[in-house]
Amino acid sequence: MPIQYEGIIAEHKAVRSAWGIFDVSHMGRIYLSGPGASPLLDYLITADIAGLTQGRARYGMICVESGGILDDVVTLRLHEDLFLLVCNAANRKAVLDWLHRHASAFPAADVVDRTVETVMVAAQGPQAREKVDSLVQGRPSLLKRYTGAETEWDGEDVVITRTGYTGEDGFEIIARSEVGSALWEQLMDLGAAPCGLGARDTLRLEAGFPLHGQDIDITTNPIEAGLARFVKLEGADFIGRAAVLETQRNGPARRLVGFKAGRGPAPRHGFPISFRGATVGSVTSGSFSPSLELNIGMGYVPPEAAGPGARLQISARGKLIEAEVTPAPFYRRPQA
Amino acid sequence: MYPTDLRYYKEHEWVRVEGNLAVVGISDFAQQELGDVVYVDLPKVGSRFAQFTKFGEVESVKTVSDVFLPVAGEIIAVNEKLAASPELVNRDPYGEGWMVRVRLASPSQASQLMTAGEYERMLSEAH
Repeated sequence: MPIQYEGIIAEHKAVRSAWGIFDVSHMGRIYLSGPGASPLLDYLITADIAGLTQGRARYGMICVESGGILDDVVTLRLHEDLFLLVCNAANRKAVLDWLHRHASAFPAADVVDRTVETVMVAAQGPQAREKVDSLVQGRPSLLKRYTGAETEWDGEDVVITRTGYTGEDGFEIIARSEVGSALWEQLMDLGAAPCGLGARDTLRLEAGFPLHGQDIDITTNPIEAGLARFVKLEGADFIGRAAVLETQRNGPARRLVGFKAGRGPAPRHGFPISFRGATVGSVTSGSFSPSLELNIGMGYVPPEAAGPGARLQISARGKLIEAEVTPAPFYRRPQA
Repeated sequence: MYPTDLRYYKEHEWVRVEGNLAVVGISDFAQQELGDVVYVDLPKVGSRFAQFTKFGEVESVKTVSDVFLPVAGEIIAVNEKLAASPELVNRDPYGEGWMVRVRLASPSQASQLMTAGEYERMLSEAH
C-alpha cells in the first residue's frame, strides 16, 4: 500500500463521506484448525475466544508473561474448529513463532500461515455496504459488526468480515492472491476511492484506535493502554493474566490518553508532554485530523494528567503546543 | 513547465525578484512530495536571514520540512492567509501559496540561483 494515491486528506474525506478501499494484504492471516485451536487461542489472547460462536470475530491482544502486548489481533471463528487470526504485518513472524511455540501444549491444533497465498482488501465508508452487497453473494450487509462468513464473489470463495480500522462501517474481504487485482479493479469500477497508508493512519487515529508499534507494544500492558474491555479479566487463564490483573488492582502508573490541540505544528511520536510544568510523558501518535480540522494525538501520561479536559503542553521542535485531554474517539460517525 | 520568471534553489524554493525585493515560496515538486500541507511555520516580520539559512518549516500530514531562504535579507511580509489555508501551498505554490517577502541584502544573489531549465534538469537527474 502506498502512502497515498490522490492525497491523504482527499482519501480520508472520501472514506468518511462515501467509501474507500485499502489493500491490507501485508497483514498476517493465520488459520488455526482442529479441536486444540480454540483452547490455544483462548490461552494466548486476552479476549474470550473460546466463547466465540460460529461467524463471530473479536479484537484482543496477545500478551507475554509480563503483560506487555506482543500484538493486537482480530480472531474470527469460521467453524467449530476453524479460526482465522489477522495480525499486524510487522508482527507476523513473532506471532507465528509464538503460536508454534505454544501449540506444542495443544497438540490437536494446526497453525497455517496463509498470508502470502491470499489478499485482503478493506472497503470502508457509509457507501460500502450498498456497494459490497452488489459485488459479493449473500447480502454481506446483513452481517453484524464483528461477524464474518465464507461466501462467493464471481465464483471465487472469499471470506468477508464486517470489520475495519477506520471508525466507519465497512468490510474486509479475503480472497486468493491470484484474483487480488481483479477484486481491486472491480471495487474501483464501483467507484471506491483507492486509499493509502497515510489516510489509514489519520482515519484510525480519529477513531481512537491504537497502532501497535506506536501506541502499544511489548512494554505497554492492556490496562495502561485503556484496553481493559478487551481482556477477559474474570475469565479463563491467558498468558500475562497475573501481570494484567495486578496492574488493574493497583491502578496503572501511566495511561494512554487522547488529546486535541488547535492548528499549528502537529504532535508527533516522541514529542515530550508536560503537565503543570513538568515533563510527564510523551506522544505516541499524532497528526492533523482532516475531519476535525485540528491536531489530535495520543500519548502516555500519569493518572493525574489523564482526566478529560486536563491541559497538556507538548514540545514540538522547540515550539509549545497547547493540548487538552479528550476521550476517544475523536470522531464519531453520524448516526443515520 | 517551471515558471521561467523565477529562480530556484536546490532545496526546492523559488524566488521572484522585484527590484530590491523578492517573494519566496516552494516549488510544485516540493508541494507534491510533501503532500497535503497542514501548517506553515513562518518567521516574524523584521527578522533577518543569511543566504541559504532556514527561515521556516512546512508541515504536511505525513512530514515536516525545513524551508531555506535562497537570498539573504529582511522579512518585510509573510503570507497571513497560510494560517487558515495552508493548502494554498499545494493548490497554487507560485501564486497564492507564497510564503515571505524579503528586502534583499544583496540583490545580485538571485542571479546565482538556478534558472527554470537548470532546476528541471536537476529534478530529472535525481529521479
